[in-house]
Amino acid sequence: MIKPVILWTDALVFLLVLVVIGFILYARRKPHLATPWKRVFAGRIAAGSSVVLLAFVLTGLLDSLHFRLPLAGNGSEGEVHYAVEVLSVLDMLVGPLRTRVEKTYSAPFATHLYAKETVEREDGSQVRMYPPLQFGGRHLGAGGRHKAEDILRRCLRALAVTLLGMSTVLWLMAVLLARRRGSTVRAMAGCILTGRTGLPWRTVLATLSMLLLLVLLAVDLAGVYHVLGTNKVGQDVLYQSLKSVRTGLLIGTLTTLVMLPFAIFMGIVAGYARGWIDDVVQYVYTTLNSIPHVLLIAAAILMLQVYMANHPELFETTVEREDIRLLFLCIILGITSWTGLCRLLRGESLKLREAEYIQAAACFGVSHIRIIARHILPNVMHVVLITVVLDFSGLVLAEAVLSYVGVGVDPTMNSWGNMINGARLEMAREPVVWWSLLSAFLFMFALVLAANLFSDAVRDAFDPRTLER
Amino acid sequence: MFAYIVRRAIYAIPILIGINIITFYLFFVVNSPDDMARLHLGMKHVTGEAIQKWKASHGYDKPLLLNGDAGGLGRVTDTIFFEKSVRLFAFDFGFSDDGRDISYDISQRMLPSLAIAIPALLLGLLVNITFALLMAFFRGTYIDTWGVILCVVLMSVSGMFYIIGGQFLLAKLFRLVPISGFAGGIAAIKFVVLPVLIGVVSGIGSGSRLYRTFFLEETGKDYVRTARAKGLAESLVLFRHILRNALIPIVTGVVVILPLLFLGSLLTESFFAIPGLGSYTIDAIRNQDFAIVRVMVFLGSVLYIIGLILVDVAYTVVDPRVRLA
Repeated sequence: MIKPVILWTDALVFLLVLVVIGFILYARRKPHLATPWKRVFAGRIAAGSSVVLLAFVLTGLLDSLHFRLPLAGNGSEGEVHYAVEVLSVLDMLVGPLRTRVEKTYSAPFATHLYAKETVEREDGSQVRMYPPLQFGGRHLGAGGRHKAEDILRRCLRALAVTLLGMSTVLWLMAVLLARRRGSTVRAMAGCILTGRTGLPWRTVLATLSMLLLLVLLAVDLAGVYHVLGTNKVGQDVLYQSLKSVRTGLLIGTLTTLVMLPFAIFMGIVAGYARGWIDDVVQYVYTTLNSIPHVLLIAAAILMLQVYMANHPELFETTVEREDIRLLFLCIILGITSWTGLCRLLRGESLKLREAEYIQAAACFGVSHIRIIARHILPNVMHVVLITVVLDFSGLVLAEAVLSYVGVGVDPTMNSWGNMINGARLEMAREPVVWWSLLSAFLFMFALVLAANLFSDAVRDAFDPRTLER
Repeated sequence: MFAYIVRRAIYAIPILIGINIITFYLFFVVNSPDDMARLHLGMKHVTGEAIQKWKASHGYDKPLLLNGDAGGLGRVTDTIFFEKSVRLFAFDFGFSDDGRDISYDISQRMLPSLAIAIPALLLGLLVNITFALLMAFFRGTYIDTWGVILCVVLMSVSGMFYIIGGQFLLAKLFRLVPISGFAGGIAAIKFVVLPVLIGVVSGIGSGSRLYRTFFLEETGKDYVRTARAKGLAESLVLFRHILRNALIPIVTGVVVILPLLFLGSLLTESFFAIPGLGSYTIDAIRNQDFAIVRVMVFLGSVLYIIGLILVDVAYTVVDPRVRLA
């Protein structure tokens, strides 16, 4: 039996997923909530980027289901010992990527190590040579001939499977849409291909096929090569980048989740109550805002480091230590970033409390709490949503900077920031080790770009100011 | 105006007190000075004696808030809170954990920081405004659309990639400028070029997109329609009417960060090994030198508050409709 491990961040992630699903189910039946979302997805750019985002989220979620495997050796009855290593479903899915560790650096698709080593031959003589990799390109046999042909063959195979898979998806899409609209499957497929559908299904299809192609390529090639090379300790860089997805997503979402209740409560109460409560809230956020954010985060993380160093007994596994540090980083980032939203909400509720419908509610004797919950809160939710979505990409980028400064996630944790940080020294090597940096760049760029494009669409759809124009 | 500034300065005092309490709490209450000593001396095999000695030599051996042993005023002044936190108000920064005079270090490191920050700011403003004007002039056309897309793409690249990529391309591959380092006087120029360039490029995405919205906000206003109705050429409308009004948010946005330029940029300075305040801060964080971090938190907050006051003053200068009372 495996032993499931629920880390703090896992629990929060699944809470967040539940909230989002609940909101979707609720919003489906409310036209005033569903309409702007339809407007968001009607844009081609937003639809395409949301598919990319979903792929990232799926990777992150799979990586959030943690467990510990039982050790092979425990035979005695009733007592099962578990490995210290905490694994996730993603680890199981990518299987060989995790376990096939080389000795040290190797370039993408390489069959030999990056550095020369002295190898002893069978007859006892010693030569300086690039030792062949243990796993990368082993199926090619000694010498690694026909590598280009092999790669090309595998690429073509992936392309063929993608086309096949895409036709299936297109057919499925057409069947579902045709049933809803009451037209024939054939006509519907034509509509999708020519882009004559309400929602941009063609873009979705195109993005999906790109993703599918990438996944298939990765599956086929990564099984026998190190597609993105290996890092200093010989770990596959693709695996490292995939594991970093969760870290990036967590920083982007949990930070806002942590600060949201606080910012909403303080902002609305300050604007609604005015007077001394307003003064106090304003004082608090001006003070927090005055401290340079990086320094406040640094100070807090330094203190956490001291605390963790003095209490090593609190953390059973390294993953748990990494997890607590990640959660704490989210909280600290939240403390530094709630002030902007709080100020916006204060202004908004200052304006709303003078609105006629709220005056009317007050005249009817509706209690303050009810006015806030029923009338003010729903009317500021668009501000909250826009801020949350806009903040996401900035937070993902901030993680990299903080990890570089040394106050980000745990140095042993997989994150793009740590990868970039390590790449700094690798770039100074001769010949240059560029693949870690490139992989971190590609993954981060894809996520942040998709998030930026998506958040622009959300802002345009929800911001009443842009609607008037 | 003068009365206003004085009043704002007085308002700043409670904020600074709040900041001091937060930092004091973070640095001395969450973890006791004993923990800090243990961290500096190595985790294991530390004798109580060594800890006491370390604390005494760094002035952490006093009580936190109230000193029962001392008499009279000493009850309050002979404590860590007074020695380490209250003294910051007099800009008496004391010594770092490895024994250097912090005030002296800061005064030495301010200039290199400014040598990077000021050219980067000015050049960046120029480039961003130009790009934004271009996009605003061609609004609604392909140039505008692709310009915005380019901005979003540039924004989506982490600042660290610009630095590493720029260093690799210009310094290592083409050998145009030194990779990193700094020199005094005129020789500084060749060290400054690359960081400034990278600072400008990495800011283009977000900067010109923001300025474009400022410009577009103005184009929808009545006075612009009037200017067009009386037959002014579009370029004249743009430069003489829109640009001037859109400069108000741009200028105030710049003024607020002016004082913070002294602190330099953390990333750029540490990547290019420039002996400014940014790399000073990063080194302090890496070496876990709490004294320096504490001072930089205080200094940063003071500069931020000065920036806020400057913004209000700047509003009255650039926008005659605003009067401070």
